[in-house]
Amino acid sequence: MKLIYYPGCTLKNSARNFDTSTVTSMAKLDVEIEELERWNCCGTVHALGSDNVMNRVAPVTNLIRVKEAKATEFMTSCAMCYNTLKRANNDVKAHANKLNTINEFLNLEETKYEGDVEVRHLLEYLRDRVGFDKLAAKVKKPLKDLRVACYYGCLLVRPKEVAFDDVENPMIMENLITALGATPVNFPLKTECCGAYHSVGSPEIIADRTDKIMSSASEQRVDMVVVSCPLCAYNLDFKQDDARRLNPDFQHMPVLYFTQLMALALECGEEALGFDLHHIDPLPTLAARGLA
Amino acid sequence: MNNTTLRLSTSMGSAFVAKVEKVSGQKLLACYQCGKCSAGCPMAAHMDILPNQIIRMAQMGMQKQLLASKTIWVCVSCLTCNSRCPKNIHIAEVIESLRQTALNNGQRDDRLKIWEMTPEARSDLPPIAMISAMRKLTS
Repeated sequence: MKLIYYPGCTLKNSARNFDTSTVTSMAKLDVEIEELERWNCCGTVHALGSDNVMNRVAPVTNLIRVKEAKATEFMTSCAMCYNTLKRANNDVKAHANKLNTINEFLNLEETKYEGDVEVRHLLEYLRDRVGFDKLAAKVKKPLKDLRVACYYGCLLVRPKEVAFDDVENPMIMENLITALGATPVNFPLKTECCGAYHSVGSPEIIADRTDKIMSSASEQRVDMVVVSCPLCAYNLDFKQDDARRLNPDFQHMPVLYFTQLMALALECGEEALGFDLHHIDPLPTLAARGLA
Repeated sequence: MNNTTLRLSTSMGSAFVAKVEKVSGQKLLACYQCGKCSAGCPMAAHMDILPNQIIRMAQMGMQKQLLASKTIWVCVSCLTCNSRCPKNIHIAEVIESLRQTALNNGQRDDRLKIWEMTPEARSDLPPIAMISAMRKLTS
């Protein structure tokens, strides 16, 4: 059975390298994936108000599409999509009245959602279904001597109902990085928020967050920071010049998706890596480690 | 021995407090002001009122001050406060209810004015940033 894959809007736009590295890596791991048909935006954020049903409609429509693909689970690699889809799913499963309202609102849909689909994040799928030992066995180019800081941000670990690892000290990404032959380092700010959508209206907040988070990683003498969220990636990579203006000692450093490191170690080819989409070019760092 | 009555609030039961409790789904009086939410808040440096103070002011029904605060727009719902609160209060939900009260005042008083952004600035931003900002900062 094919694994249904939900890419999300940003992976088809500015984070195309997150999409291509996900798809090619999974092929190398012999997992057949199929992009969900007629998927729509998840809404990006979970509305926290108890009276908000409208913002659940977009995620639930995707869950209906998964049912129509005759699947009971699907995978996404975007942390923000994962969080929004999973929380909406949990919410409608727990509140039959909300689910009923949404199904009535979506009365032109042929399929009714009945809480019968599960949302998985790619990291979770790799750990529980593929296995990091199998991943390690498939590595063609071990990422030897590469020191990596794994940044989780908010959405993979909070709230605890959607977390698939420890809320305060998750290690799943470090374990994946180890399977690829690289060296993960302890990184105290790995679950501290990057400032998220403040890049739209309050760039001064993002400059401060990027400085704090990236500088904390720098102190561990790492080569790069690895993420699972296109918004974290944008803030931590593209806002480094703003961080430098705030802090003259700021050290520029590449920010990669964990799937790009997988694609590199599994030798998925240059096209899958999409390094041209980065602000801070990862190539000099990788070349210095004999990996590019 | 003298008995001391600790007066938690003069406004519990006001329409505003009731609305905040209903929309957020939280019991405001559960808070005993330990300050853990503010200690771990990554946005605290950019706030004018700290998260624990938001809860106290909400208990007191200080609607005007809360809706005029910078804090309700600075909080990005990272949920660090929620996951660390020893009383299991969802502080981020309380702040969201305040944000929604300010946005849904019948005036379309959006915090983020998309039309004031240049087309270049808009197209530089990834969709994930634009959509989440609009969902949080517009009515």
